Amino acid sequence: MEKKLILRGAIAGGLAGLLAFLFARIFAETQIQQAIDYESGRDAAVAALDKAAGLPVEPAGPELFSRTVQANLGIGVGVIAFGLAMGAIFAVAYTVCLGRVGRIRPRQLSLLVAGAGLLGFYLVPFVKYPANPPAIGNEDTIRERSALYLTMVLASILFLWLAVWIGKRLAVRYGNWAATMLAGFGFIVVIGLLMALLPSLGQLASNKQQFGNHGTETPLPLLGPDGKIVYPGFPADVLFSFRLYSVAAQLILWTTLGLVFAPLAEKVLAPLTAGDTADTPVPEQQQPLAIS
Amino acid sequence: MSSVSVHYPSVSIPVVLPATKAVLLLAGTLFLALLVYYFVGVDQGATSVFGNDMHGHEFVHDARHFLGFPCH
Repeated sequence: MEKKLILRGAIAGGLAGLLAFLFARIFAETQIQQAIDYESGRDAAVAALDKAAGLPVEPAGPELFSRTVQANLGIGVGVIAFGLAMGAIFAVAYTVCLGRVGRIRPRQLSLLVAGAGLLGFYLVPFVKYPANPPAIGNEDTIRERSALYLTMVLASILFLWLAVWIGKRLAVRYGNWAATMLAGFGFIVVIGLLMALLPSLGQLASNKQQFGNHGTETPLPLLGPDGKIVYPGFPADVLFSFRLYSVAAQLILWTTLGLVFAPLAEKVLAPLTAGDTADTPVPEQQQPLAIS
Repeated sequence: MSSVSVHYPSVSIPVVLPATKAVLLLAGTLFLALLVYYFVGVDQGATSVFGNDMHGHEFVHDARHFLGFPCH
C-alpha cells in the first residue's frame, strides 16, 4: 500500500514537474535571458570603470554550459527532478497523514497536503527570501543566503506540522472551524516573528561592507567616479515578471501534484475505505471536512 | 485527548496505514528525495560534495534560480 502510494506520488510529481518546466520554458526563459543580458552589460561597465581607475580587471569565469543547454535541457532536468522529489516527499507526508489528521477523505487530503507542500517548500520562504533572477545575488554571500533560505524552508514545514498537531487538539474542544482559525493564526504569528528576526539579504555583513546599508541585493544604479549613473539599476519589470512566473510555476507544480495524485490514491485506498477492515468505523461520504 | 466530545469525534479514522511498519520505506524515500532536492537546489553553491567543480550547478542554473533557491 505504502509502496503504491509513493510510486504514484513520484509519477504525479514528475508530471507536475514537466508541466512546470513547459511553463518555465515558454514564460520564464525570456526574463532569465534579459536578466543575464543585464548582468553581462553591468559586468562590462564595471570592468571599464575598473580599467579607467587602474584597478585589475577580473576575467570572466569559463562557460561550462552554453545558454542553449541551460535554458532548455538544464532547466528541464532541474525542474522535473524537483517535481519528482516533491512528489515523493508529498506521498510520504500523505501516507503519514492518512487517518492521523481527522476525518478527511483521500481525495481532499491530497489537495490539503499539496497545499501544505506549496506553503512549506516555497511560498512562505518566498515571503522573506523571494526567488531572484540571475544578476541578483552577491557571490560572497551564497553561504549565508543558502543557510537563511533553508532555515526558512525548514521552519515553515516544522511550524505547519505544529499547527496541524495543535489544531487537532484544539478541535476536540472548539470544533474544526475555530481550531483551524486558531492554528492558522498561530502559524502566521510564529513564522512572522521568525521573519522579523532573520536579516534581510542586503544587511549581511559583506553586503553592507561592499554596497552600504540597502536591505537588498538587487543591483542599484552603477555610479562613475563623478557620481553620475553609468549603468542603470536592475530593471524592475524583469524582476517582477520573473518572480510572478516563479510563483505561477510552483502553483502549477503543486496543483498538478495534488489533483493527479487524488484519484490515484483514492483507487489505491478503495479497499480500505469500502469497509473491508472490520475494526475501523468507516465514515459515510457526507462527513464534515476536518481541515486540521 | 481523553475526552472526545460527541460533536467533534476528530479521532474517528477513515484509513490508517501502519507507518511504523513501513518506516524504512518512508525514511528511504524521504532520504532519496531530499538528496535530489539538495543536488538541484544547493550543491556546488554553499556546500559542495564534488569539491570545486561547477558542472552540476551550471547545468541546473536556470532551474535553481526559478525554483527560488539562492544562486551565485
